[in-house]
Amino acid sequence: MNRALPDGLPVPAQDGLAKPYWDGTRQGKLVIQKCRDCGKYQWGPEWICHRCHSFDLAWEEVAPRGRIWSWQRPHHPVHPALNGHTPYTIVLVELPDADNVRMVGNLLCTPDTPVTIGAAVEAIFEPHDEAEPPYTLVQWRVREE
Amino acid sequence: MTERTLRGKVAIAGIGETVYYKHGQSPDAEFKLALQAILAACRDAGIDPRDVDGFASYGDDRSDGPRLAAALGIRELRFSNMHWGGGGGGVAAAVANAGAAVQSGMANCVIAFRSLAQGQFARYGRSRTGAAAMGDDAFLAPYGLMSPAQRFAMKITRFMTGNGIRHEALRAIAMASYHHAQNNPNAVMRGRPLTEEKYDSARWIIEPFHRLFDCCQENDGAGAVLVVPAERAKDLPQKPVYLLGAAQGGHHRSAAPVHNAPDYASAHFKTVARNMWAMAKLGPKDCDVVQAYENFTGGVLLSLVEHGFIDPKTANEQLVLENLLAPGGKMPMNTSGGNLAECYMHGLEMVNEAVRQLRGTAINQVAGANVVAVLGGPMVTPVSSLVVGTEAAL
Ligand SMILES: [Zn+2]
Repeated sequence: MNRALPDGLPVPAQDGLAKPYWDGTRQGKLVIQKCRDCGKYQWGPEWICHRCHSFDLAWEEVAPRGRIWSWQRPHHPVHPALNGHTPYTIVLVELPDADNVRMVGNLLCTPDTPVTIGAAVEAIFEPHDEAEPPYTLVQWRVREE
Repeated sequence: MTERTLRGKVAIAGIGETVYYKHGQSPDAEFKLALQAILAACRDAGIDPRDVDGFASYGDDRSDGPRLAAALGIRELRFSNMHWGGGGGGVAAAVANAGAAVQSGMANCVIAFRSLAQGQFARYGRSRTGAAAMGDDAFLAPYGLMSPAQRFAMKITRFMTGNGIRHEALRAIAMASYHHAQNNPNAVMRGRPLTEEKYDSARWIIEPFHRLFDCCQENDGAGAVLVVPAERAKDLPQKPVYLLGAAQGGHHRSAAPVHNAPDYASAHFKTVARNMWAMAKLGPKDCDVVQAYENFTGGVLLSLVEHGFIDPKTANEQLVLENLLAPGGKMPMNTSGGNLAECYMHGLEMVNEAVRQLRGTAINQVAGANVVAVLGGPMVTPVSSLVVGTEAAL
């Protein structure tokens, strides 16, 4: 599979609070924080539920589907690895099945594809198996409804 | 119970700034620039620098207060304050913190300042290479989202798309700053006017709303203001400029991780602006001039909307160049050239310009200006803003 962006960008630290998320992506699952007390999802990971102040936070798989909340298409390379590889498309995706938390990823599309706020998207898991340690990014693709 | 307020209680008695340089071109070290600006503010105020007893800054300024106090031979340090948050979100907060220290009796004579020679350290707009992305960045950097422009761009996309605001509104904001800079001998963009054609043909930084001239540059320099009790300011040589209102902070969870602020398409001023106007007992219609921090022109739009200067429904008609120009525009803005064209001194240069307008000594003077608002760096958290005025505004 072609990757959204070239090699050489910062790799995610997969330890600490967010470890269950990264473990999930390796298995092709979207796993995020859910409060055992009030039952609500939250993202990104926190030590506490911002709604009810419970520290009892579970991790649950959510549907890998969402809607584009906003987007941008950078042309200026902000990292040496991006030289010659711009523009590319970043989307902020809202997950209606998970209390409308939002995630950031790349939209898999050509650089001249129009992007529409509200468009339905689905997650595409992008493994980086050769990395040490390996990791998987979550990218997005427009979904036909 | 007496009213808890800073309104009319403290004043800016002196302003100072260095020569402003293009990025990397300061012949002087950043700390020396800070010292120069502080001494200039003291000289302007007619105060012996050894009588300064406090320092307030923001944006993780590297020129720390105790070290400045030692270098200047300050007799007694009574207030030393760093406001959380990066960039210029804290510019008005630093002035207000100095004011709060003075009004509460913790200190008597406090410098609020910013010093920047970023090229002597690391650049904005370029990420560090090599390290694994930690915390929030683990969910952003691997997707090529690293720079300040990128952190803010999706707020602007959503707000402008949702409200039908055209890129031309941002062009007017950029052109106003460049226009005013052409008369300002200390403006780094003097001699480099911006036309509609030049703006429109500039390269994209980020689609769909950030061309080159929508984005701030980096600069070297320093700026400082001296804050004293209002009563003392009356005995000093300069016409006092009174703090009328100030606020800082952010709305509910505006700093939520990974772009999850519930009210996302915002500059984060919604509660801050309300609190500032309440303290000032004034509103946007009372302002003769506005200084609105441009990190990116889209942020200025959001900031103006949230302070009540612009209605999103009529933004396309309101944000046209002639409305923004001194002396005759309906809303003269960034009258010394702002961050874009005078100097990106993280907004401290805008506080200095607000003081000049109220003294009647600005290069692009708005006749009879009595009230000026300074809207600090938008879209970060915490943000801050302030409004200052002459004695006639009290
Ligand atoms: Zn909870």
